[in-house]
Amino acid sequence: MGDWQFTALLLSNGVLIGLMYSLIALGFVLVYKATDAVNFAQGEFVMIAGFVAVGALTVLGVPLWLSILAALVGMIAFGFALERVMLRKLIGRPVIAIVMATIGLAAILRGLGPFGIFQGTRPLPLPLPDEPFVLGPLFIPPIQLVGGLVSLLFLAGFGYFFLKSRKGIAMRAVADNQQVALAMGINVERYFGVAWAMTGIVSALGGVLWGNMLGVDVNLALVGFKVFPVVILGGLDSIPGAVIGGLIVGIVENVAAGYVDPFVGGGTKDFAPYVLMILALMIRPYGIFGKRIIERV
Amino acid sequence: MIHRECGILKTTYEADMALYPLPIAKYAVAAFAVLFFLIVPLMLHEYFLSIANLVWIAVIGALGLNILVGYTGQVSIGHGAFMSVGAYTAANLATRLDAPWPVNLLAGGLMAALVGAIVGIPSLRIKGLYLAIATLAGQLIIEWTINHVTFISGGVQASIEVPRPRLGPYVLSSQHAMYYFLLFFVVVAIVGTMNLVRSRVGRAFIAIRDHDIAAEIIGINIFRYKLLAFAISSFYAGVTGVLYTYYLGIANYEQFQIGVSIDYLAMIIIGGLGSVLGSIFGAAFVTLLPIVIRYAMEAFSGVLFSQATVHNLIPALRLTLFGALIIVFLVLEPEGLNRLWRNIRSYFRVWPFAY
Repeated sequence: MGDWQFTALLLSNGVLIGLMYSLIALGFVLVYKATDAVNFAQGEFVMIAGFVAVGALTVLGVPLWLSILAALVGMIAFGFALERVMLRKLIGRPVIAIVMATIGLAAILRGLGPFGIFQGTRPLPLPLPDEPFVLGPLFIPPIQLVGGLVSLLFLAGFGYFFLKSRKGIAMRAVADNQQVALAMGINVERYFGVAWAMTGIVSALGGVLWGNMLGVDVNLALVGFKVFPVVILGGLDSIPGAVIGGLIVGIVENVAAGYVDPFVGGGTKDFAPYVLMILALMIRPYGIFGKRIIERV
Repeated sequence: MIHRECGILKTTYEADMALYPLPIAKYAVAAFAVLFFLIVPLMLHEYFLSIANLVWIAVIGALGLNILVGYTGQVSIGHGAFMSVGAYTAANLATRLDAPWPVNLLAGGLMAALVGAIVGIPSLRIKGLYLAIATLAGQLIIEWTINHVTFISGGVQASIEVPRPRLGPYVLSSQHAMYYFLLFFVVVAIVGTMNLVRSRVGRAFIAIRDHDIAAEIIGINIFRYKLLAFAISSFYAGVTGVLYTYYLGIANYEQFQIGVSIDYLAMIIIGGLGSVLGSIFGAAFVTLLPIVIRYAMEAFSGVLFSQATVHNLIPALRLTLFGALIIVFLVLEPEGLNRLWRNIRSYFRVWPFAY
């Protein structure tokens, strides 16, 4: 295989994986945009969505479409409930309180993993062929292609929702200024709930797609660690930022892994995005598309 | 005199800043000294002493993190990584150069302070959430570096055995010896922190926490003091890492992963942000929690689960309870155990009378 073919392969892989990162990062962005809360439990959201889907599929034995639906409904309910029980009480508290609360939530969800209805890693089979599509020098696994397409679809969908729909405009108003939104007759608390439910939807899809790629167990939550480089690069409150950030992180980690891993013995994939993120924080902390509201002290 | 004040009756700044606000505080400190230096080590079994030692190590780390998060208001999710820097510095010095423990301890602390100050550089431009994510990146990058650079980690296992610390001719190998060894540093750390936060530097930290722009306007060099806070906090972390390495007899990066950083954050939140006593409460609470859970689970294990599954479930249960406690404290008692203790104390202050 030629040198450029290797690079092309790394790039194509990076783009598709990057789009799948974008999908998960979208969950983070939606909540931050609407409620100013940061979700350090995004990976765990994806994990429990995977657990619900696999649990419905293998333990209850329902068909695949129903188990995906179960994951969606379950995560929407979870999002609403979480906002009601925990996050509403933390409105107006310092950042560290919300950060720690979501870290605590992550600990709870991860700790509950082994108490679930099944033990060990379970596959989440989707009706897709195993053989990769061969396009010239490129090998594209079908799941990544589907994942990338689903991500694009949802990113476009949420983009449309925020730009055009009545609810989306209301949510943008809430994100912009809660008091003015209240004065305009928008039910701010309800939209907080809606934002968390939307994160639930995104996480459910992420759980199904990533669960299919990696298998469903507690380690599925580790995918959440990729969210931070993506959102910092793209901008914390920007949907196009999530896409661009995801693409950058996907490409960088694949290229870095392809070229650096042979020298250091693996692990570059988890390392390179964070180096990039530190650089981004130093140079452009609000990200590529983020709002420039960062105070400099 | 054994009496308590019945209100805030201080008339001078000196009285307000005093280490012993009342004579009773001196007696209390003396009583605790007797308790922890004589009664506890003589009464407790070796196993319980080893738990007490873990608590002492955690107290030093929690004090360090509280200086940064509680007093200076800079969020850090990289405390565990700074500990690993200290631990590996000491382990390498001990095995390669055969350096004695005081040198290792100081070198570990200083190296961690240096790395901490470097990780803290982004704090000059960003704060809050962004800083939390930046320190998280610092944690992951340091973890990866130690794990992948064999010069630091000493091979594939990334663990280095260290010899026991010796004091003159004595080798500190028993839990009793370690107890006194660690307690000495706990006392130094507590007194050091108490004096730090009532000094000029500590007041600058608190000013930055309360309002950074106002602090800059009254002439506090934010650049210097933020980095200083990171350095001091990381020095404590490095010392904690070195002590933990000596306690275990081995430096292993798995003891300092991101979960440890979160444990320490939980300690100071459960204990109380910006309080020395809170750090101690929190460290003891978080360290003892899994042990209590294990006893409880073993006691009830026959009823609910089989013995084998209990051992698998303990870490998971610990994690769950731990997360729940963080959330409960954040929602219900943001000032932590320290606040509960103050409430109890102020209730008994004028006890038989209502006012």
